Amino acid sequence: MQRFLTWIDERFPMTKLWEEQWGKYVAPKNFNFWYYFGSLAAFVLVLQIVTGIFLAMTYKPDATKAFESIEYMMRDVSGGWFIRYMHSTGASAFFIVVYLHMFRGMMYGSYRKPRELLWIIGCVIYFALMAEAFFGYLLPWGQMSYWGAQVIVNLFSTVPWIGPDLGTWIRGDYTISDVTLDRFFALHVAAVPLILLLLVAVHLMALHEVGSNNPDGIEIKKQPKDPKTGIYLDGIYSHPYYTIKDLVGVVFFLGVFFIVVFFMPDVGGYFLESNNFIPADPLKTPEHIAPVWYFTPYYAILRAVPSKMLPYIQPTQFYGVLAMAASVLVFCFLPWLDKGPVKSIRYRGGLYKAWLAVFVFCFLLLGYLGTVPVTVWGQFGHWAEGLLDTMDRATWVARLLTIVYFLFFVLMPWYTARDKTKPVPERVR
Amino acid sequence: MTRLLVALLLVASGATAAESGPRLLPAPSESWFAREASLQRGARNFVNYCLNCHSAQYMRYSRLTDLGLTEAQIKDNLMFATDKTGDTMTVAMTPTEAKAFLGAVPPDLTAEARVRGKDWLYSYLLAFYRDDQTGTGWNNLVFPNVGMPHVLWNLQGSQKLVETEFEDRDKAEAAAIAAKGLALMEPAAGGKFVVKTVAADIPGSLSGPQYETFVADLVNYLDYMSEPVRHERINIGIVVLIFIGVLFGLVYSLKRDYWNEVH
Repeated sequence: MQRFLTWIDERFPMTKLWEEQWGKYVAPKNFNFWYYFGSLAAFVLVLQIVTGIFLAMTYKPDATKAFESIEYMMRDVSGGWFIRYMHSTGASAFFIVVYLHMFRGMMYGSYRKPRELLWIIGCVIYFALMAEAFFGYLLPWGQMSYWGAQVIVNLFSTVPWIGPDLGTWIRGDYTISDVTLDRFFALHVAAVPLILLLLVAVHLMALHEVGSNNPDGIEIKKQPKDPKTGIYLDGIYSHPYYTIKDLVGVVFFLGVFFIVVFFMPDVGGYFLESNNFIPADPLKTPEHIAPVWYFTPYYAILRAVPSKMLPYIQPTQFYGVLAMAASVLVFCFLPWLDKGPVKSIRYRGGLYKAWLAVFVFCFLLLGYLGTVPVTVWGQFGHWAEGLLDTMDRATWVARLLTIVYFLFFVLMPWYTARDKTKPVPERVR
Repeated sequence: MTRLLVALLLVASGATAAESGPRLLPAPSESWFAREASLQRGARNFVNYCLNCHSAQYMRYSRLTDLGLTEAQIKDNLMFATDKTGDTMTVAMTPTEAKAFLGAVPPDLTAEARVRGKDWLYSYLLAFYRDDQTGTGWNNLVFPNVGMPHVLWNLQGSQKLVETEFEDRDKAEAAAIAAKGLALMEPAAGGKFVVKTVAADIPGSLSGPQYETFVADLVNYLDYMSEPVRHERINIGIVVLIFIGVLFGLVYSLKRDYWNEVH
C-alpha cells in the first residue's frame, strides 16, 4: 500500500493535496452548531448532482413531453419518486443550508480581513445557485414553472433600450417555449453545475489558505504554536476531529431531510407548489404567481418599489429590478462596510446586535410577503381618505421593510464603528 | 438559533389562510381499515362517472392492483375503454372534439387532488345547485360559473341556492361559520353582505349521507391517484428514520470518543 502511494505521489501530489486541503489542515477547536452548514452545503451539492444524474435518465426536455416524463418518473420508474423528491427537497434544503451558512458568516464576521475574497467567492456561489434553481424550476413544465420563468425573464425585458431584445435573446423565442426549455435544461444540467463545482473548489482552497474564522473571531494563526503538538494553541487537526463532527451533522441533516422527503414532500406547497401539477398552459395565466420560497424576500422587494419614481419618465418596473439586484449584490460589499473593531457578535455591542436582529426580521417578513398576494392585509380604508385609502397595506409594509433592509448595509460603517465593543480575549472560549 | 429555526418554520407554515373563498367542508378521512374498501369504491365511481370526459392519462389501470384488486378484477369491472391493463386511463375524445362538444377541454384528473386538495374536491362535488342563468342549468358555490354540469345529479338530486342578507360583515361572517358547511360570503350593494348556502330541493336516487359517502370515496380515490406511491412512501420513511436514528447514535458516540481528548 505504502509503495503504491509513493508511486502515485511521485507522479501526482495526492498526499500533499489531501494534507493541505484537509488531512493536516488546522482549524480552530471551538466551532459551534453554526459551523455545520458549510460541510452540509457541500453534501447537498453532491446529493443534487447524484440525484440529478438519475433524473436526467428519465426526464425529457421537450415541451410536449416534459410534464409527462416527470409523472412517468413518479409512477412507473422504480424508485423514481424517491429520486425526484430528494432532488426537489434538496433544492430547498440547499438554500436553507446556504442561508444559515451566510448568516453564520455575518454573526461571526467571517467576511472580515483576511477573508474578503473567500466571502466574495461564496457570494458568487450563491448567485450561481440562484441561477441553477431558476433554470431547474422551468424543467417540470408545470404552470408555476412556466409563469415563474415568464416573470423572471420579463425582469430582464425592463432594462431600458435593450430590454425587449434581451428578453428574446434569453428565451430564444418571443415567449417561453420549447426552445427556452431546451436551453434551460442545458444550463441546469451542464453549465451551471460545472461553474458551481469549480467555485466550490476555489472557495475551499481559499478557506484552507487563509484559515477558518471561529465564533470568537480570534485569529489562531497569530497565536504561538504548542511545543507538544506543533500546531497553534487553539488549533486542531480537521481530520479526524472535524471529519467525524461533520459526519454527525450530515446524519442529523439526513434525519430532517428524510422527514420531508418521506412524509411531507410538498411542505404545504412551499417546496412543491400545487399549481405546478397542472401542465404549462401559455394561454392561461394563474391568478397568483409566486416564486419558490427562497426567492421571495427579493421578490417582495421587487414588488415594493413603485414603478413611477421620476417625473417626465414613463413608469417602469426597472426601478424594482434594480432594487432587487442591489438587494442581492449588496452582500458582496460587507467586508468593506463593516468598520467594527471586533469580528464576532460575542464581542460586539448592542447596536450591531439590534441591527442584525432587525435585518433578519426584515428578511423573513419580506420572504413571507413575497409568497402572498399584495392584498393579503387589505387596504388602508377610510381613515387615509384621498391619500392611501386604496393602497394595499402589505405593499407599504414591504416598502418600509425594504428601506430598513438597505439601511442595515448603508448605515453599517457608522453603527459598527460607533458600537461599544468588549475586549477580545487571547484564547478561544 | 433554535428561535430562528422556529421563526423560519412559522413563516413557512402560516401563510396559506389568507385567500378569501368559500368555506369548505373537510373531506372525511378513512380509518386505516376502511381505506382499501373506500378506494375500491372510489375507483368504481371514478371510471363510471368521471372517466371519458376527464382522462387520467398518467394513471395505468394495472396500478389499481395497489388497491387490493387482481388484474382480472380490474379487467372485468373497471375497464371500458381498453382491454390492456398496461394502458393509461385516456379518453377517446380528442381535445379539439372536447372543445367542440363541451366548450372547454375537461382537465385531466390524474394529479387534480394535488392541485386542489381533498377538501376542495369534496366540497365542490357537494356544491352544485340549479341556476337558470347558466348554459348548463347548473352552478357551483365552490367554483362559480363552472363549465361542468352536475353530472351526478341523478344521484344527489338538485339543490337550490339560499341567500341571506346581513347588515354588516361581522354578522355575515358569524352566520357563515354557524352554517357549518358550504357557505360563501360576498359583499352586496349598500355596504351589506350576503351569505350564500345550498339546500336540498329535489331528492335523487341516493340519500344525503349516501351521496356524501359516494363523493368521499371518489375524492379518496382521486387523492390516491394523484400520488399512488404515498402509502408506500410513508411506510419506507418510517424504516429509514429508524435507521438514521440508530446511525446517529453510533456516529454521535464515535464523535464523543474522539472529542473527549480535546480541551
